[in-house]
Amino acid sequence: MSEYIEHDKEGISVGLVEKKLFTFAAPPDEMVLENGAKLGPITIAYETYGTLNPDKSNVVLILHALSGDSHAAGYYRNESEKPGWWDIMVGPGKGIDTHKYFVVCSNIIGSCMGSTGPCSVNPKTVQPYALDFPVVTIGDMVAAQKALMDHLGIEKILCVVGGSIGGMQVLEWIVRYPDMVVSAIPLATTTKHSALAIAFNEVARQAIMADPNWNNGNYYYGPKPNLGLAVARMIGHITYLSDESMRLKFGRRLQDKSDFSFNFDADFQVESYLRYQGKKFVDRFDANSFLYITKAGDYYDMEKLYGEGSAVKAFSKAKAKFLVVSFTSDWLYPTYQSKAMVKAMKKNGLDVSFCEIVAEWGHDAFLIPNVRLTTLLRGFLERVCRETRK
Amino acid sequence: MSAAKPANNSMRYDLQIIASWIDPGSHVLDLGCGSGELLKFLINNKQVTGSGIELEEDKVATCIEKGLTVLQGDINEEVPDYPDQTFDYVILSQTLQQVYEPDTLIRAIMRIGKRGIVSFPNFSHWACRLQLLCSGYAPVTKQLPYQWYNTPNIRVITIKDFRKFIDDVGLKILNEVAINTHSQNRYGKIIRFLPNMRATYGIFLIGNKQV
Repeated sequence: MSEYIEHDKEGISVGLVEKKLFTFAAPPDEMVLENGAKLGPITIAYETYGTLNPDKSNVVLILHALSGDSHAAGYYRNESEKPGWWDIMVGPGKGIDTHKYFVVCSNIIGSCMGSTGPCSVNPKTVQPYALDFPVVTIGDMVAAQKALMDHLGIEKILCVVGGSIGGMQVLEWIVRYPDMVVSAIPLATTTKHSALAIAFNEVARQAIMADPNWNNGNYYYGPKPNLGLAVARMIGHITYLSDESMRLKFGRRLQDKSDFSFNFDADFQVESYLRYQGKKFVDRFDANSFLYITKAGDYYDMEKLYGEGSAVKAFSKAKAKFLVVSFTSDWLYPTYQSKAMVKAMKKNGLDVSFCEIVAEWGHDAFLIPNVRLTTLLRGFLERVCRETRK
Repeated sequence: MSAAKPANNSMRYDLQIIASWIDPGSHVLDLGCGSGELLKFLINNKQVTGSGIELEEDKVATCIEKGLTVLQGDINEEVPDYPDQTFDYVILSQTLQQVYEPDTLIRAIMRIGKRGIVSFPNFSHWACRLQLLCSGYAPVTKQLPYQWYNTPNIRVITIKDFRKFIDDVGLKILNEVAINTHSQNRYGKIIRFLPNMRATYGIFLIGNKQV
């Protein structure tokens, strides 16, 4: 996911919010990960907006994509700073209405945004984990989120919503804890990455690992692999856009010049944009986290994990009602992947709605203000909320 | 043949009749559900559960915003995914005349549903016959307002044809009503005398022979 964070045009916001931390799995009760390794203690960063109702039936759990964090909406200090990454969708009267729902946005293990990840201190060595951090999976991330829900006393989640790798967590939730999830909104996501998606992730990882500063992951006390991480981010940004959006946004326009410089400076606006995005990213993101989270995305195969290779069998464990949304210009998580999910849900007799939104902004479309997406989410949430009251 | 009593006059007339045929509490699939008028009515008034399939993004979004379960897709591709006998009723209203392989679709409908409800514009209405007879041009009517070269209505169906078709594909007509109405009109009337000549639309409830 990318950085389109915008202030709400009407100035509507949940206001000031606070990042909270929950720590569990302290030794000797470490969490056993999917690969058999043990991890603990584990900290999960999360935020909540709105009020939990007395019967705890209004919980909406938001799961973020690769580079996101728990800060989905509102501001930490004052309204002049950038709001949370999905502020356009989450707030009073918005698509995910904080007047009605108790919204939880959970960070993931492996991240560098407050939860335990490769840049956290390993209690055994009192040094950052770096590559000693175990390879975590989407399933591990969800297991940790489940521990957070238990901690919050939440037994039923009205809706689990997320896009991209966040959407993979949504899918994991609905099969891992089918009795907990009333409804789910997997946005611009898939049950398993295509070769194309894995290929781009691998090139991005190679860019990081080829940076001499990466030093096998041990860079926390020295110069960071900023060049590698910036290139990785640039690759990511290409995949989040589309041919159409890049043509409209940049075309072949030059950046602050009327002719080519005949050297290797950023001549084109698209070059300048990618360099800027790359540079901005290294200030806030850890290169090792990038490696771990992209690997978790690439490893995820819901069909293999839960259906012996069959999507239909995998979804037979699900009980939730679904709203599946894809975007026409998304070539990273193309519509055919969403349709395959929908087909498997139908074959299981699940309640599923599906809409392919015409959008030129590629994979990132779900982060950009989109009236259609907002009204779809609002309508779907209102319905599932109404139906649980019956 | 039982007369249908229109259920509510806020809907297109043929939908009112279709609604009147549906047992309360049934599980329904509406193919080409448009903006979800019929589904919404059935859910609110007949406590049905169900979903719709619609091709156009705008209409799909309108349905989901209303709180309906609707899938965006082509009915010919979406219908085969459902398990056998998933629905009590599968509805195909004013769409059959646009289907490339009607026999395949009808068979698929009767596999996934216990009963099918099909409505279509009647091509043997006297106005069509008269136009062809007198002018020699392919008929253009209020119900079939296109020229031969731009019409989405690629299938020319008459009420008599449909009865024969249902027999040919080994199915059974459980109920039928011929009506006189315009395509989007809320008002209309049931035609009992010479329906194949006088009705603008035919509506059929079909089932498998053993049902």
